[in-house]
Amino acid sequence: MVTDLPELPCRELVELVTDYLEDRLSPIDRARFEAHLTECEACRTYLEQFRETIRVLGRLPEESLSPEAREALLTAFRGWSRL
Amino acid sequence: MHSSKPSGPTHSHGDDDALIRGLQKGDERAFSEVVENWSGMMLRLALSHVESRAVAEEVVQDAWLTVLRSLDRFERRSSLRTWVLGIVVNCARSRARTERRIVTTSSESGPVVDPVRFLPANHPRWPHHWAAEPTEWRTPEAELLVRETRSVILDAIDALPSTQREVVLLRDVEGLQSTEVCNILRITDTHQRVLLHRARSRVRNALERYFAATEAT
Ligand SMILES: [Zn+2]
Repeated sequence: MVTDLPELPCRELVELVTDYLEDRLSPIDRARFEAHLTECEACRTYLEQFRETIRVLGRLPEESLSPEAREALLTAFRGWSRL
Repeated sequence: MHSSKPSGPTHSHGDDDALIRGLQKGDERAFSEVVENWSGMMLRLALSHVESRAVAEEVVQDAWLTVLRSLDRFERRSSLRTWVLGIVVNCARSRARTERRIVTTSSESGPVVDPVRFLPANHPRWPHHWAAEPTEWRTPEAELLVRETRSVILDAIDALPSTQREVVLLRDVEGLQSTEVCNILRITDTHQRVLLHRARSRVRNALERYFAATEAT
């Protein structure tokens, strides 16, 4: 049945990766997407790199306020709560 | 994945009542805890609009002061965190305007991968398939976390239009859910996904260029 679906070429697949990962493709497009993946190693590599990119983004070091800024905020809070 | 971040994605309305009451009562511990938990995210959002770290810290402070001043008027149509982050976005955007930083809106058309990477539409056998296939990154994932790679990623994020930058920072870097990000930025879910996809694609492209250069040598 999958073979009856219109083909999804690589160039279109790369535009749909986030929709695929967020599970926002229509059932038909999802089937086309997955059918293409089983046939195309290059797109499997692309998808894996995309996932890896997301994982690495999620592991960037945290930002934090400087101690001075935090101190200034606490001082402001004390002033505010005494109003 | 984001379990190391105390500010994590699962902040609910339920926690808010006690917190708001604490803040209104002047409970310093409640305030410093919430500053601790959310300020990294706030700073990151501010940095997506203003150039310097010092100014970004001022934006975060302004935002907290606005939060405290308006707390009594908070209508709780969203979680407190969503509301606070929305205030940061407003403060950061207006600060960027006064600094006359060029507001970059993203071009939301055009392919995310350079079209020269694909075969033409009239190719007899493989129309629109890869001409120059992506090659597997031989770099082990641990190495993706070293400083040099991080700076490639941070530079790629810096080069994004600010609307894309906001979304990718909140979604992928800070790990928030799409509904919260849509509420903070007041955009539709569809628009959010377009921005996210373009941002992720550009970061992937930057990593690909970087690995192609380093792995070749
Ligand atoms: Zn393909």
